[in-house]
Amino acid sequence: MTQELKRVRETPSQTAGPYVHIGCTPGFTGIDVYEADLGNVMKTGPVKGEEITVTGTIFDGTGTALTDALVEIWQADADGLHNSPQETRGIADPNFTGWGRCASDMTTGAFTFETIKPGRVPYPDGRLQAPHISVWIVARGINIGLQTRIYFEDEASANSEDPILSRIEHRNRIPTLLAGREKDGVYRFDIHLQGPNETIFFDI
Amino acid sequence: MAENDTGKAGGYLPRDRAWQPAALTPAYKTTVKRSPQAALLSFPTTLSEETGPVFGHGHLSEGDTDLIHNFAKDGESAIGPRIIVHGRVVDENARGVAGALVEIWQANAGGRYRHKKESYLAPLDPNFGGCGRTLTDAQGNYAFHTIMPGAYPWPNGPNDWRPAHIHFSVFGQAFAQRLITQLYFEGDPLIARCPIVGAITDPDAVSSLIAPLDMGRAIPMDSLAYKFDIVLRGRYQTFFENRPEGS
Ligand SMILES: [Fe+3]
Repeated sequence: MTQELKRVRETPSQTAGPYVHIGCTPGFTGIDVYEADLGNVMKTGPVKGEEITVTGTIFDGTGTALTDALVEIWQADADGLHNSPQETRGIADPNFTGWGRCASDMTTGAFTFETIKPGRVPYPDGRLQAPHISVWIVARGINIGLQTRIYFEDEASANSEDPILSRIEHRNRIPTLLAGREKDGVYRFDIHLQGPNETIFFDI
Repeated sequence: MAENDTGKAGGYLPRDRAWQPAALTPAYKTTVKRSPQAALLSFPTTLSEETGPVFGHGHLSEGDTDLIHNFAKDGESAIGPRIIVHGRVVDENARGVAGALVEIWQANAGGRYRHKKESYLAPLDPNFGGCGRTLTDAQGNYAFHTIMPGAYPWPNGPNDWRPAHIHFSVFGQAFAQRLITQLYFEGDPLIARCPIVGAITDPDAVSSLIAPLDMGRAIPMDSLAYKFDIVLRGRYQTFFENRPEGS
């Protein structure tokens, strides 16, 4: 026997199932119990930085769009600061929450976030990461939430020195993490759960 | 940021992927085409994952914890056995997580969800919406008042039934801690038959999702109680200043 470590194990995940919206976006399903669904507005006033729209669809291994998913994003403000009690480097833009939650459309599967282009956030060793948005996806058939990141196609020089992107072995998969600019201020980020274009998912 | 008695908080501990369910568990058929095939890309957490939004009481209202009444007409209440579901949200270092957002959803007493895509023949309860939410207190405690959800059949195998369960979404202090899970009830014979529960292979991990009957929190002549504690990822504890500002 040894001394006991006072540590407990993380609660196991279970799928969010097909009705995640009842709990996380009840207004979206017509259950008007709450005043508003949390996470449906990221900008609460005039914001600093470039305002952008990020839109996309999640596809399964057959190419079918997921129409029952929930997507959450979390990101820094234009200066790379998070609107979080855990942020120690400065005060983030008070009009930008940094957190968004969106149910994918029940017919098309599209999700959309009205947000801003994030600034750069340091890696643990102090190097700057390229602008990115953290993503978490749950749905029926997903046993544990999938983590990935949205980087931006038009940030080539920052992307080239990003500590994570630069360490990815399969270089041909990096484009799965890049949001493409559709037009000014509008980016597309489709997510593929399987197949030749499978999105890189993180264990982070 | 000194936030504990053992030293400086580092990055988040990695998930134990052997304890957590795998992405692909073919007995739960929907996972077959929805599970990533490539290895996950492992990296230490950065500030992007170590931070998270703050949820204030301004976002929520008192009645959000009472599923028996939050959707019911005035003077009426949801049908079903009345229960209290309570517990504590802690991290892997066994410290309470204050201010965690806990959102729950569930079927009604007959096993029917209030959702456009739901087709089970059990009736809707006009007084039951099926959702609740709260923030944990300073010690990490939370409590809901609800009704016992019914078991329900689902299209997977030829005759699969979900054990009675309550879905839980928990948001702690960091995006890295984000978790969705399900509470099951002590003594339910359907737990062992469920392919979704079966996605978890470690029997101790399954046990950690089964809430015991808690007569100490029951209210005589009113409600039974079940206890469900939740553990979120914790941080490395280090005495050494090996991370730059912001760690
Ligand atoms: Fe369910």
